[in-house]
Amino acid sequence: MKPKVLVLRTAGTNCDVETDVAFQLAGAKTDLVHIQNLISGNTDLSDYQILAIPGGFSYGDDIAAGILLAVEMKHKLRDALHQFVEKDKLIIGICNGFQVLVRTGLLPGIEGIKEKTELSQSATLAMNTSAKFECRWVELDTQQSQCIFTKGIKPQLYLPVAHAEGRFNAPNEVLAELASNKQVVFRYSNGKQSSSNNIDYPDNPNGSDADIAGICDKTGRIFGLMPHPERFLTRYNHPRWTREDLPEEGDGLAIFKNAVEYVKATFS
Amino acid sequence: MSNKVNKFQILNADDDELMRISQEGTLSLNLDEMHAIQKHFSELQRNPTDVELETIAQTWSEHCVHKTFKSLILYSEEGKETEEIDGLFPTYIQRATEVIDKPWCVSVFSDNAGIIEFDDKYNLVFKVETHNHPSAIEPYGGAGTGIGGVIRDSLGTGLGAKPILNTDVFCFGLPDTPYNKLPKGTLHPKRVFNGVVAGVRDYGNRMGIPTANGAILFDSRYTANPLVFCGNVGLIPRDRCDKSVEPGDLIVALGGRTGRDGIHGATFSSAELDDTSENLGSVVQIGNPIMEKKIVDALLQARDQNLFRSITDCGAGGFSSAVGEMGEGTGAEVHLERVPLKYEGLAPWEIWLSEAQERMVIAVPPDNLDRLQEICDAEMVEATVLGSFTDSHRLQVLYEGETVADLDMKFLHKGLPQHVKKATWQIPQHKEMQSRDKETEDYADDLCQLLASPNIASKESVIRQYDHEVQGGIVIKPLVGVNNDGPSDACIATPIIGSEKAVIVSNGINPKYSDVDPYISAASAIDEALRNIIAVGGTLEKTALLDNFCWGNPDKPDRLGALVRAAKACYDIATAYGTPYISGKDSLYNEYRDTTTGEQRAIPSTLLISAICVMPDIRKAVTMDVKSPENLIYVVGNTYSELGGSHYFDIHDYIGNTAPIVRTNEGKMTMETLSSAINKGLVRSCHDCSEGGLGVAAAEMAFAGGYGMSLSLTNVPTGEDISCDDFLLFSESNSRFLVEIEPKNQTTFEHHMEGVPIGCLGQVKDSQAFIVHGINQKRVINSSIETLKSAWQTPLVP
Repeated sequence: MKPKVLVLRTAGTNCDVETDVAFQLAGAKTDLVHIQNLISGNTDLSDYQILAIPGGFSYGDDIAAGILLAVEMKHKLRDALHQFVEKDKLIIGICNGFQVLVRTGLLPGIEGIKEKTELSQSATLAMNTSAKFECRWVELDTQQSQCIFTKGIKPQLYLPVAHAEGRFNAPNEVLAELASNKQVVFRYSNGKQSSSNNIDYPDNPNGSDADIAGICDKTGRIFGLMPHPERFLTRYNHPRWTREDLPEEGDGLAIFKNAVEYVKATFS
Repeated sequence: MSNKVNKFQILNADDDELMRISQEGTLSLNLDEMHAIQKHFSELQRNPTDVELETIAQTWSEHCVHKTFKSLILYSEEGKETEEIDGLFPTYIQRATEVIDKPWCVSVFSDNAGIIEFDDKYNLVFKVETHNHPSAIEPYGGAGTGIGGVIRDSLGTGLGAKPILNTDVFCFGLPDTPYNKLPKGTLHPKRVFNGVVAGVRDYGNRMGIPTANGAILFDSRYTANPLVFCGNVGLIPRDRCDKSVEPGDLIVALGGRTGRDGIHGATFSSAELDDTSENLGSVVQIGNPIMEKKIVDALLQARDQNLFRSITDCGAGGFSSAVGEMGEGTGAEVHLERVPLKYEGLAPWEIWLSEAQERMVIAVPPDNLDRLQEICDAEMVEATVLGSFTDSHRLQVLYEGETVADLDMKFLHKGLPQHVKKATWQIPQHKEMQSRDKETEDYADDLCQLLASPNIASKESVIRQYDHEVQGGIVIKPLVGVNNDGPSDACIATPIIGSEKAVIVSNGINPKYSDVDPYISAASAIDEALRNIIAVGGTLEKTALLDNFCWGNPDKPDRLGALVRAAKACYDIATAYGTPYISGKDSLYNEYRDTTTGEQRAIPSTLLISAICVMPDIRKAVTMDVKSPENLIYVVGNTYSELGGSHYFDIHDYIGNTAPIVRTNEGKMTMETLSSAINKGLVRSCHDCSEGGLGVAAAEMAFAGGYGMSLSLTNVPTGEDISCDDFLLFSESNSRFLVEIEPKNQTTFEHHMEGVPIGCLGQVKDSQAFIVHGINQKRVINSSIETLKSAWQTPLVP
């Protein structure tokens, strides 16, 4: 069986096509679905095993990044999402999708998602310390984590970020809990093996607390990150492919492959 | 007649009265044009309504119809007979494309953008527009709607192209201009700079289109008239490139609502700015990129389901020009009260002319309307039937059942009298600068000063604010090298992820040479755009060009003379290189007048050439950063003593008289031979020599790659005797490149390049030192790549 991915779209989503291609290259069957079709019931989320919320500027990021889509999902798709998570299915949010997951409370989701209780937000992605949108490639250290998407992945990844609101920010107790629950998936790195916390700009491109670039929920099945793995699928995406020996496959593809493999192993 | 519609009393008006009507209404119509309109309505024995006169003014505006480029020009040059030119556009631009006759040109000059072939499924569309006047008054909104407008040009080409790449070129006043030196009523260049960059950033990023190529230039003459060029490349299925309109098709407006923003944009941009222009707030439009993104999402689905027959965007002139153009061959009937408004209170002519953003007009066969509506509902886009195309050959506009305009399409589109304009050209004389070899021991300081000059210095702070990675296809990025911060010659995109087929986009622009000769400036802009294509692995054979002229007031013979010179170069150089124009645009009247002192200034004559090249295999691409120590550095192409208008002369406050000419025989041979060497994999890195010449190019290659260089000027091939080191280092002769060759390929490379002047200058070094020896073996530059790079990374805005 081919795992089925729903790539969610709405007004202002703009990384949907490359996210869709990434999952196809990883061996999944994909559908680009506008949120209106989920709300109206034309499309049934339960037909899918993976939900991907791509990057972009959903609803223009009016008020703040990801808020309006998060509110819409929380209030109009709550039951469908709840069932989806209950059935051990996967959710990935990239960039704006990560912002959405954090604002819904699905991430960090320390409390877990419980029936009939309101999800609440316990962390945020705030304006970069540079106070502007920036597009650059960053080194990431893969952490020992629960995350399904990064199982067995390389210890260091190189991916682009492109955002204005990507500074991961949470109270100290939340940060401590994320660490002890192994919910931190990627930290920005300065390329040195044993990176300590709080590396400098631009290696930490947005000033994130504890250099956090990506986190998962307690189960490891919901994953959000600011960098864009779907933008590094082949070696020609790498900014230095004309000068470095690189494998044909880009660093980002493994994340999508892991998700597809998990679904094959779990649901077949 | 409704009290919302007024009539202009022109039937019995004398010349003064006619011109008063034109000026007070911001119609930008001259006396000849007013006479033609008067005559037409005399025959009809009635006065025109405001809707009618405004429609004519928009349709006949310089912005919409490019009358200067179509006018009859009497051109005189010192010591030569007066030449009669029947239209610069047909004579020099369109004819060049016809003569070159490339089979891969699918559509040129007829649609909203030019179309060329890409692969067996898709074609590419490309268009560059300017949004200068609005950006002068309101930089953020002006620039944002500039990029929004050109994206709609791609979307409005054929049956709609998917936008895949943005390019932006800006010309600003000097960022360190003292506030007390600002012309009255103008914004400070810093504010214009920041506003324009933010406007393009916020619009382009929200649309999810990578902005991956561009340039920023500075000159004090751009202070009152900044230039904002915005370009877009789109991808379109091969069977969706034709459009037509049938009588009976519904006129459907799609997207944003209509308000009072952007009224008179088309005619406003056909006038000079003065110190009161800042009060004209309503001529600048208001952008909403998410609305435009929704329209793209909806329209591409409707296109793929074949739901409409024709499409165009509402740009300058709003509905009046969109419907007027689409219905030119049929006729159209529009009911203005159906137009969804942002707020109440608009007069019919305002609805008709508003340039409110994010609106498209499509021609929909009635049977397809329901399916179109479904798509639009799903994407949350408003679609409204405004009327239908007819077979009346008339443009009929109604408001609440009453006819408010009834114009003959033929008069509207063909009634504009051809202008006759005088143009003159006189060779300017500037003070000449001598070599500084006798007074200078080391040119390291000159090189640093050049690298730090705002035209050459790093644009990284701007580039990083643009998302150049979205869509996942930008494979040669604007910044390259060991630290991802060197200046790439061009960008390359692979629009289909996983396919090797690629598109290269570059630009060339040299307004400083215009001070010597606009012919040379235009020729050099073409050569530069093509060099940038060749430098990353493209070929002349598969390259097309766009021309964007930004000029002063063409009613002044000297400005028009400069325009004639530039247009002649466009023909000569493009035909020699075999690179056709597929689209273009002009923005004239870039002048500022101080109404109290009467002082008048024009921008430097500025031609932007944008180049687009289809590349069969991305794996053949090279970048400009040096790759490895011990590799050899060659210069390709002859150097001449050509420093007129150069940056070297500029930092010493000279202009000079010998600007770099383009020798197309040499240039073509050089570019074709080098291009095939790159395609054979003989070249590790390649950078074109442009601003700052050989010295700047070598320094950029070295610090981008993170290695030093040791070079000697003794082997620089020259086309004439040059006996001074500074001229060799900083001459800006065209058609030259620096390349890096592995020692094992040295013989093969030299053999391959036979017939092209080349010279081995030295080596890449595993050190920080950047050393150049002069023609007399004396060391003339002793510096380090850290020093040079830090000069180059001087912040643009202090």
